[in-house]
Amino acid sequence: MAAAGARWNHVWVGTETGILKGVNLQRKQAANFTAAGQPRREEAVSALCWGAGGETQILVGCADRTVRYFSTEEGRFRGQKHCPGGEGTFRGLAQVDGTLITCVESGIIQVWRDNDKEASSDPLLELSVGPGVCRMRQDPAHPHMVATGGKEHALKVWDLQGSEEPVFRAKNVRNDWLDLRVPIWDQDIQFLPGSQKLVTCTGYHQVRVYDPASPQRRPVLEATYGEYPLTAMTLTPGANSVIVGNTHGQLAEIDLRQGRLLGCLKGLAGSVRGLQCHPSKPLLASCGLDRVLRVHRIRNPRGLEHKVYLKSQLNCLLLSGRDNWEDEPQEPQEAKKAPPEDTETDQLWASLEAAAKRKLPDLEPTQGALQTRRRKKQRPGSTSP
Amino acid sequence: MAKAGDKSGSRGKKGLKRKATAEEPQEAAAAEDGAPESGVQLPKAAAFPPGFSISEIKNKQRRHLMFTRWKQQQRKEKLAIKKKLKKEREALGDKAPPKPIPKTIDNQRVYDETVVDPNDEEVAYDEATDEFASYFNRQTSPKILITTSDRPHGRTVRLCEQLSTVIPNSHVYYRRGLALKKIIPQCISRDFTDLIVINEDRKTPNGLILSHLPNGPTAHFKMSSVRLRKEIKRRGKDPTEHIPEIILNNFTTRLGHSVGRMFASLFPHNPQFIGRQVATFHNQRDYIFFRFHRYIFKSEKKVGIQELGPRFTLKLRSLQKGTFDSKYGEYEWVHKPREMDTSRRKFHL
Repeated sequence: MAAAGARWNHVWVGTETGILKGVNLQRKQAANFTAAGQPRREEAVSALCWGAGGETQILVGCADRTVRYFSTEEGRFRGQKHCPGGEGTFRGLAQVDGTLITCVESGIIQVWRDNDKEASSDPLLELSVGPGVCRMRQDPAHPHMVATGGKEHALKVWDLQGSEEPVFRAKNVRNDWLDLRVPIWDQDIQFLPGSQKLVTCTGYHQVRVYDPASPQRRPVLEATYGEYPLTAMTLTPGANSVIVGNTHGQLAEIDLRQGRLLGCLKGLAGSVRGLQCHPSKPLLASCGLDRVLRVHRIRNPRGLEHKVYLKSQLNCLLLSGRDNWEDEPQEPQEAKKAPPEDTETDQLWASLEAAAKRKLPDLEPTQGALQTRRRKKQRPGSTSP
Repeated sequence: MAKAGDKSGSRGKKGLKRKATAEEPQEAAAAEDGAPESGVQLPKAAAFPPGFSISEIKNKQRRHLMFTRWKQQQRKEKLAIKKKLKKEREALGDKAPPKPIPKTIDNQRVYDETVVDPNDEEVAYDEATDEFASYFNRQTSPKILITTSDRPHGRTVRLCEQLSTVIPNSHVYYRRGLALKKIIPQCISRDFTDLIVINEDRKTPNGLILSHLPNGPTAHFKMSSVRLRKEIKRRGKDPTEHIPEIILNNFTTRLGHSVGRMFASLFPHNPQFIGRQVATFHNQRDYIFFRFHRYIFKSEKKVGIQELGPRFTLKLRSLQKGTFDSKYGEYEWVHKPREMDTSRRKFHL
C-alpha cells in the first residue's frame, strides 16, 4: 500500500542509512523504500533529483557511486547505474535529454547515457573542474549549463555543450581590512530565474550574488547571516529572496534586493542538510541531522505547518512541485485497494456500482484505463466524504 | 465606620477575631464574614454586596485581619474535607477506590515521538552501524584521555584524578595550552578512543566535552554540583582497580540513546563483579546524575551501598557530528533555550 500511494507523496527524503522515504503530508504517513529491502549504510543517499517526464522518476545518488532509478508510479526501484571515476560522494545530479550528469567531490563531471539497464558504460563527456566541489547545480532554464563551487573552489559556470573552459569564473572578493585573503567555501548554489544571476551561500556565513552578464567577476551583492557555516539554500517563490540554513539549525530568509534579513524560522535542532521551497505555494521543506522533516509556511503567517519524525539522519530532499496538494483524490484506506486513480470524482459518483472485484493487492506496474475505472467503482463504497 | 475602625485598632488582633464579629454589624458592608456569630447583626449589614473581595478594604490592618480569617477558614474547610474522605475510606475498607496518583512533572511529560521503540528495526540498524558499532561489537576497547582547559585550579585537577580512578584505562594529561584540534589527531594516532575535556571557570569545573575519537560525535555538557571525594558524607574507601558495572537510567529518546551509548563506550565491556563497583548515569528531566557506588548484597532483597567516587550533574548543551569542531562542525542537536524550554513538561533526553 505504501508502494501504491507512492506517487502522491509530497516530499521525498534521502537518509544516511540508504532508505528513501516518501512522506504524504495530507495523510501524515511516511513510507520507506530501499533498493535491497534492507537499509545499508553504503547506500547512503547523497543526492536526489527528479528524473525525466515530470515527477514520475527520481534519481537517487548513493555513497557507493551508484545512481538508482526510483519510480514514483510503481513505488519501487527500477534499476541502477554505476558511475565510477573520481573520488568522493556525489555532489550534484542532474538530468537532461536522456542523459545523466553527475559530479563528484574530486571535481569530475561526467555525462552518462541514460539507459538504466546497462551496468556501466563510458561516459559521453568527462570534465574535470577542480578539486573540493561541494555542490553542482543545473540551470533549470538552460539544462546544459551547470555551476560548481566548493571549498577553495571558486564558483564556475560550465556549458556542457561548449568548450572545456568555464563560461563564467568568479573572482574572490578583495582582501579584508587586515589585508588577508578571504577564504572561499561555496556550499550551495542557485540560479536565479529570469536572469543569468547566481546566488551562493558559503561556509563562512556569507550569501553572495554573482552576475555573469556584468563585467564584474566579483560578487554583486554580499550579505552575511549568523556565525555558523550555511549549508543549504533555496529560492522562494517570487525569487526576490532566499532561505538559508546553517549548521545550528537556524533558517533565515534574506532579501536579495537589499541584502538584508527578512525573518527567521525556528524549530530545527540540528544542522540543515536539505531545503526546498514549493514553486508557487509559500511552503518550505527542511530536513537535517536531527532526524525530523519540517514543512514551514514562509508568509502570512510565518510558522511551522508539519513536522514528521523520520528515524534516520536526513541528507537531502525533493519537494513535489505539483499544485493539487490539498485536492488529492480520496485514497482508499483499506490495504486491499489497488494503486490510485485519477481525480475525476464526477465519473466516480456516476459510475456507482457494487464492486470489489479486486481482492488482492494489485501492484502491477502498468495501469491501464480499464483497471483504473474498475477501481473507481470500488471507491464510493469505501469512502464517504 | 471610623468608630468601629478605632475600636478595632485599639484592641489586639486576637481579641478582634472574636469581638469584631460583634462589631461588624456597625461596619457598613465591610465584612465578608458570613460566619455564625451573626446573631447581633443589624439588618443593614446582613446583605454583602456581591463581587466584594477582601482586597477592596482600604485599611491595611483590617484587610490583613480579614485575610487571615479567610485563610484560617479555608484551612479548616480543607482539613474537614480530608477527614471526611479518610473516614469514608476507612468505612469502605477493602472496597475503597485506589488512592489517586499525585501529578508530577515526570508523570505529565509531553508525549515524545522520538522515544525509541525496542522493536524498531530502522533505529536498531542505525544504532548497529553508527560510530559506536566497533565498541559494541567488541572490536575496540576504550582508552580515554582526560584533560582540562588551560591552567586548571586545584578542584579541577583533583576531579580529573578522581575521574581517572573511576574510568578504567584512562590517562590524565596537562593541557599546556594546546589546541584541541591539534590534540585530536595525535590521540587518534595513539589509539585513544575517547577524549574528555573538563572546562573550568573561576576555579570550579563547569563543563565537560566528551568526544568519541576516530570520527565520532562530540557532546558538550554543562557540569554542576561537583562533589569531590572528601566532600561526600559517609563515603567508602577509595575505588579499586576493578572494572565497574554501568547503569544507564531513563535514556529513552533517540537523542538519549546516542548520549547513553556515548557514556557506555567509556567503560570496558567486561565488568568485574568481584569489585562490586557500579557507575550510574541517571537521567531525569534532562539532567544526568553521575554517581559511583560500591554495593553489597546483605540478603536476596536487601542491598547496602556506599558512595565512593566523585559525583556531578550534567546537562547536554549540544551534540556535534564529527570530532571537536565547534565553529565549522555540523550539529546533530543544539539546545536552544528560547525554543525548546517553553514547556515545563517537555524533555529531550
